[in-house]
Amino acid sequence: MPEISLTVNGEQITKSVEGRTLLVEFIRETLKLTGTHIGCDTSQCGACTVHLNGKAVKSCTMLAVQADGAEITTIEGLAPDGRLNPMQQAFKDHHGLQCGFCTPGMIMRAMALVAENPEPTETEVRHGLEGNICRCTGYQNIVAAVLDGAKALRS
Amino acid sequence: MEDFTYSRPASLSDAVAVHGNADDAMYMAGGQTLIPVLKQGLAMPTDVIDLGAVWQLDGIAVSGGTVTIGAMTRHAVVAASNDVGRAIPALATLAGGIGDAQVRNRGTIGGSLANNDPSADYPAAVLGLNATVVTDRRELAAGGYFDGMFATSLEPGEIITAVKFPVPEKAGYAKFPNPASRYALVGVFVAKTASGVRVAATGAGQDGVFRVTVLEDALNDDFRAAPLRDVTIPEDNLMTDMHADAAYRAHLIGVMTARAVARANGRD
Repeated sequence: MPEISLTVNGEQITKSVEGRTLLVEFIRETLKLTGTHIGCDTSQCGACTVHLNGKAVKSCTMLAVQADGAEITTIEGLAPDGRLNPMQQAFKDHHGLQCGFCTPGMIMRAMALVAENPEPTETEVRHGLEGNICRCTGYQNIVAAVLDGAKALRS
Repeated sequence: MEDFTYSRPASLSDAVAVHGNADDAMYMAGGQTLIPVLKQGLAMPTDVIDLGAVWQLDGIAVSGGTVTIGAMTRHAVVAASNDVGRAIPALATLAGGIGDAQVRNRGTIGGSLANNDPSADYPAAVLGLNATVVTDRRELAAGGYFDGMFATSLEPGEIITAVKFPVPEKAGYAKFPNPASRYALVGVFVAKTASGVRVAATGAGQDGVFRVTVLEDALNDDFRAAPLRDVTIPEDNLMTDMHADAAYRAHLIGVMTARAVARANGRD
């Protein structure tokens, strides 16, 4: 089995993986970081979104071996000391979640969006979240949360 | 997912050699189609050859009226490229609308063209702009490259290395995305070039991307959106599926073409 070395939430990790192991399986089953969710089998829902070298990617649509040498950040990496990151706080404040299943992916995508575009318009937020599906909220409060989270991260 | 032997060759010649020695190998570019296909068991190759480390396949260059995009260039990179944005803004816009942001961070132009999904965006740009598909062994004109749904004239083991787009006088792309998959229900790329207007439609044809000659004729006479209302789009050979029937797709081809022309003319 190939051996991979990567950084996950700042921690250096070396493990053997099968070629077919998906990055999301490696994160959830090997590393036990279960904040990253699997919401579909078809690479559409975005619940598994993590950062690969700072870019949002679907960890269900990448092999773990492809992350060799990469820096991965998962939702757990946003609140290392147990205090909510400003984007997480904004989701809480704006009721940007109901069941919460899509939320880790939403927040990871939102953080990458804001990193690229610190002051997004509502249209840019909606376009930017097209790869993340929520079945509860109707998106209104998610968009409000991302706009407010972006503002909080700017200040 | 069935297991396979994974390899990540560093050069084009190594990749071709691995392919030649394997029983049933598949190349992987960005993996945004291949990995879902492997997850569903729709393909079960013995070997997956990751092209991500092949140094010859990356990068964008503009020179002498041609935009050359390396096959492993990610959609997000094309969308954000100032060089592409200046030379062929419609191409940057098209890349920025493929799939979703996460897909655009991984998916590549070479992967999209090798797969030739009948609803993918890039085939419309390649046929609309009369681009050239460059491989490890030859150059293929757009018209001879696409060979029906999910089919191309690539030979076994052949690798797309780059795509060369001639810079048009003006161009526009408009698509009506399926709201769930973001694939084009219909997408139309319109290019006005020194040798005439080309109109390429994706998402609509039973044999994949195709040129819409009735619209090309109309636009060669008058390159404006408004007169296109009077053009009837033939329904022959258009797809009918759970999302749209052939008549609706024919209608959408007209509407998307009008929007693409308006964009080409700087009136969004």
